[in-house]
Amino acid sequence: MGLLKEVAKPIMAGFGITRRRIGQEKVTISYPEQRREQFPRTRWRHVLTRYESGLERCIGCSLCAGACPARCIYVEAAENTDEARFSPGERYAVRYEINMIRCIFCGFCQEACPTGAIVLRNDFELANYKREDFIYTKEMLLQPMPARS
Amino acid sequence: MPKRVETVTLHDSGTPVLGDVQKGGGVILTSVDTLISQARANSLWPLTFGLACCAIEMMATATARFDLARFGSEAFRATPRQADVMIIAGRVSKKMAPVMRQIYDQMPEPKWVISMGACASTGGVYNNYAIVQGADQIVPVDVYVPGCPPSPDALIYAVMKLQEKIKRGRNPQNWKELKMFGNSPEQQEQVVA
Repeated sequence: MGLLKEVAKPIMAGFGITRRRIGQEKVTISYPEQRREQFPRTRWRHVLTRYESGLERCIGCSLCAGACPARCIYVEAAENTDEARFSPGERYAVRYEINMIRCIFCGFCQEACPTGAIVLRNDFELANYKREDFIYTKEMLLQPMPARS
Repeated sequence: MPKRVETVTLHDSGTPVLGDVQKGGGVILTSVDTLISQARANSLWPLTFGLACCAIEMMATATARFDLARFGSEAFRATPRQADVMIIAGRVSKKMAPVMRQIYDQMPEPKWVISMGACASTGGVYNNYAIVQGADQIVPVDVYVPGCPPSPDALIYAVMKLQEKIKRGRNPQNWKELKMFGNSPEQQEQVVA
């Protein structure tokens, strides 16, 4: 009698929890195959956007670098000429580098940008082996040219 | 951007990656090296080494929703003697640095380190006298994870990158390099000095 009460009953109670849970939906997201939906304002990897004409939005003003609390953005500007025009303004960014490993993805650069050039999108797969690989250059950050229609 | 393309076939067991165990009918042919690296890659036991807010995300990675157990890493060990991978989750203060080095030295070979988050990897916003500017000044880091903090998915991605590295990496060629019996006394003295 004691055996039944002390051993069998708790075991059955434990299986009872299993039975109740068995019909429920699985909560696990099997990540590499299946991704969870990101929130609309998720801030991950930066992208330097373009206008629809293909010109870069970035005018090389370095306001993003000034706003960055981690000091991880480096901007070097140069003058636009009529022969080589990259952005609609007077200047454009020759070099635009973000130290992605020091960045804290606060989005201050996005807020500071007067032209909306730098935006944080939702690509979070950034882990890598060497820290040199985390210096993202302008070529890596820049949006590809829009398709000509 | 070409950086991301290589990661697509990471966990697709149908496509053989270099270092994967090849399937052929009912017979499996492999070298002991690849077998060992497969075993190592698929049972990475992390060390419970949460230093700051990143530790919350590290704990969340082990929960049912993200389930790090799918990669064989569910057993967070509280002792370095039983751990394979150290996930440095959070900023490393100058005061913590010698402790971290000691814990790393106490882990048995082979061992790996994941530096989780901006603070552990570079110091992040804490560019000041109290924080070590990068855990790789103290211990060798295998995988860096950006983010503040990295989401559980990003950490799982880093674990997958580490598994890929272990599967592909150069395997020890003789029993001495396997280091199954811990460091020799000479090596340990070098570490102390």
